[in-house]
Amino acid sequence: MPDRTSATAAPAASPEALLEVTGLCRSFGDVRAVDDVSFVLPPGGSLGIVGESGSGKTTTARIIVGLERADSGTVRVRGQAHNGTGRGRAARLARARRVQMVFQDPYLSLDPRAPVRAVLAETLKLHFPGTDHDARIHELLDQVGLGARAADARPRELSGGQRQRVAIARALAVRPEVLVLDEAVAALDVSVQAQILNLLADIREETAVGYLFITHDLGVVRCVTDDVIVMRSGRIVEAGRTGEVLGRPAHPYTRLLSASVPRPGWDPRAIGAARRALAEEDAAAS
Amino acid sequence: MTAPAPAPAPAPASTPAPAGAAALIRRPGLARVRAKRAPLYVASLVFVGLVVLLALLAPWIAPHDPNTADLGNALAPPSGEHLLGTDAAGRDTLSRLLVGARTSLLGPLGVVVLSTLLGAAVGVAAGWRGGWLDSLLSRGSELTLAFPGLLLAILIVAVYGEGLMAPVVALSVAYFPYVSRLTRSLVLAERERPYVAAYKVQGHSGLQICLRHVVPNIAPVVLAQSTVNFGYALIDLAGLSFLGLGVPALTPDWGRMVFDGKSAIQSGYPLSAVIPCAAIILTVVAFNVVGERWADKVAGRKR
Amino acid sequence: MTTLDIRGLRLRLPHTARPVLDGVDLAVGPRETVALVGESGSGKTLTSRTVLRLLPEGAVAEGTVEVAGQDVLTMTAKELRDLRTRTAAMVFQDPRAAINPLRRIGDFLTESVVLNKVLTSAAAEARAVELLEAVGLTSAALRRYPSQVSGGMLQRVMIAGSLMGDPKLLLADEPTTALDVTTQAEVVSLLGDMRERFGTALLFVTHDLGLAAAISDRVSVMYAGRIVESGPAAELFAHPRHPYTKALLDSTPDPDAPPGRLTAIEGQPPDLREELSGCPFAPRCVLATAVCTEQAPQAAPAPGNPAHTAACHHSDRLGTRLEGETVDA
Repeated sequence: MPDRTSATAAPAASPEALLEVTGLCRSFGDVRAVDDVSFVLPPGGSLGIVGESGSGKTTTARIIVGLERADSGTVRVRGQAHNGTGRGRAARLARARRVQMVFQDPYLSLDPRAPVRAVLAETLKLHFPGTDHDARIHELLDQVGLGARAADARPRELSGGQRQRVAIARALAVRPEVLVLDEAVAALDVSVQAQILNLLADIREETAVGYLFITHDLGVVRCVTDDVIVMRSGRIVEAGRTGEVLGRPAHPYTRLLSASVPRPGWDPRAIGAARRALAEEDAAAS
Repeated sequence: MTAPAPAPAPAPASTPAPAGAAALIRRPGLARVRAKRAPLYVASLVFVGLVVLLALLAPWIAPHDPNTADLGNALAPPSGEHLLGTDAAGRDTLSRLLVGARTSLLGPLGVVVLSTLLGAAVGVAAGWRGGWLDSLLSRGSELTLAFPGLLLAILIVAVYGEGLMAPVVALSVAYFPYVSRLTRSLVLAERERPYVAAYKVQGHSGLQICLRHVVPNIAPVVLAQSTVNFGYALIDLAGLSFLGLGVPALTPDWGRMVFDGKSAIQSGYPLSAVIPCAAIILTVVAFNVVGERWADKVAGRKR
Repeated sequence: MTTLDIRGLRLRLPHTARPVLDGVDLAVGPRETVALVGESGSGKTLTSRTVLRLLPEGAVAEGTVEVAGQDVLTMTAKELRDLRTRTAAMVFQDPRAAINPLRRIGDFLTESVVLNKVLTSAAAEARAVELLEAVGLTSAALRRYPSQVSGGMLQRVMIAGSLMGDPKLLLADEPTTALDVTTQAEVVSLLGDMRERFGTALLFVTHDLGLAAAISDRVSVMYAGRIVESGPAAELFAHPRHPYTKALLDSTPDPDAPPGRLTAIEGQPPDLREELSGCPFAPRCVLATAVCTEQAPQAAPAPGNPAHTAACHHSDRLGTRLEGETVDA
């Protein structure tokens, strides 16, 4: 099976890595949701994790942000161990400042009762007590393209795109090193999605934050990532520079994913056949 | 007069129901009394407000001393002197109704406050913490639920004697599982919402997230349940005092008035029993309608 | 005769300042696939639901919606039941939400036709087996519960179920949005096979312009309750004549394109609480001039191609490409 591992799946601890994941495993019962996943995100880089449901991409993300624990493997941020075990306040805050996350559904990831300003103020108070928050709130809203009027709105008064901007501002408030974006534009309309993707590109230029982009959408990957890993059934099947992986996919699964994107002249029958062939290959292998 | 009806089976712990699905617990008979249209709700709200106001002002607006017997004027029909007539001991029914409203409302208020505090605390702890604490608290509440509330109350009153405190405490214990179960299922659903995960990722502690975000978000539904419970507690306390338990003999109370008036029904003078009956029923229905409406409102707003 | 013919459909809902559907014209012929494309709130789902008269409470509809020559909006309750069981069927977005999880798949398939006395229960079962095989499943699925099969398989079940009454028209409302991308291809090819085999007309509602262009004969693009452009799929994809269609195409991230910024559409779609004057897209449009806010554009055919219409005052200014008009978010 052809495997591209050169670009991102570096095994040795590299001091210049922003985020380094090594040998991550997680099982739920008999299912190996994440199976020996390793990758490196360079400082200011953007890495996409592509896969379908059940590929383990979301579990990987949740382990990295500390919402799920790993059975084995390590996560390091700038060489420091980043794990979910420290329960004290200091460990919690340090963890939060290393990695932040933007969730898929902008309608559910904000407390429905909290106005935008309160959302940001609460986080700032927790992480930067005793400083002037008003100026910073203004700066954050400005950074994500929200006007001062939005500051006093509650989530229900905002559109999906505006809510996702709030969620991004909330994550940036902590000044994280890594931002994990879990299908962060999947629930948005195409026109709004493009706004948010452009916004994310701007923020990366301004702040040098590293992105870990979890998505099923190859178009999104092409647009915002430098490197990409393709996951299937918990394992990495292909990794490399985004342009190369999408332009000349080596693994049959990556080829299938790429062919599945609807475009004129699209042949759904051939894709169905390729998918079945791949499934049969799996059945034969196991 | 019934003990609290069996509640719907609790949702299995493994599949927390979405917040909207956590239904209030209703007695079968009253579940149908729901305000589909606004006028009934407004009328109920006005009625509830009126009853509370009259109860508060009772000592000043009651035309007679509610306990002054006038045997020469027993079972008098309504007149200018006694607007709602008198009972078998010649006491003014209107005055007893007004002053009795205080006991009749204060008791259920106590039950609701105590059971809500206890139930919410237990439900939040069980739902948020999960694991063995959840098993312990949930089994404990179910055990209480299996024990008929009225029987519990009779037992406690029998031990501690007369007084409003004993039945109120007893009914609070009997009612708290309804609140705790609802609270637990709401917390379970709320806990899974991404905003809770978002706060965790932000570095907030579990306790902070629970108290500052989860509890305020589920509070309206729990309070709506408590409003509905108020009506049920009123019925149960009236039932107890009808049986002569709890409320001391001379204290005016609606349940007690029904009891006092019941022998007069056989003599053809139903008024002194029917009036407090009507007061109980109207008040219970009004609280029910208001509670249901609030519950529907908060359920609708959540979406 | 066209299988579905919607003319001048206007739908008003309570508490809105403008009609949610405003003069929708749409036709689907036998064996034809028409895609209805739009973003959330554009009215595409409402349009497809109106075909089965599944209207929200308080909705007032004007115009005509004819299915096989009969106007749905004036049908009696019995005619409507007949329409829903025999003439037209709908495939919903999320099969898990649309199929009762407590009933077996066999019950789901046969229930409606048996209850409405379209088929006897024996005939219904035979038909169910035939259709399950047609969608690539076996009769063993009849006795399974929805939770025992995957999402892709359940969507096949839903498609089989929609064909039980041998409908002339199939309405598919985002039938692949809840599915994985590789499964999407299978469901789409299945819908195509079924259309050829049973001769049904297919109205495919989607937010994905790429998907629409890939699978349909004709595409209609909706914005703010109006059809802004409609035409042959390839033609519309290659030479859009409405700025909104063009902008949608440009803002879709393309895995084949070089990386870089997308051309986003600035602003938000108009709120239902606001009245509209002129073109609904004008506030977000790079080509908008004074006439756009004053006068609502009417659908006009493209020169030399009467099948391709667009409701825009500036269709002719819209070349194949909008040079240098990158709009920042």
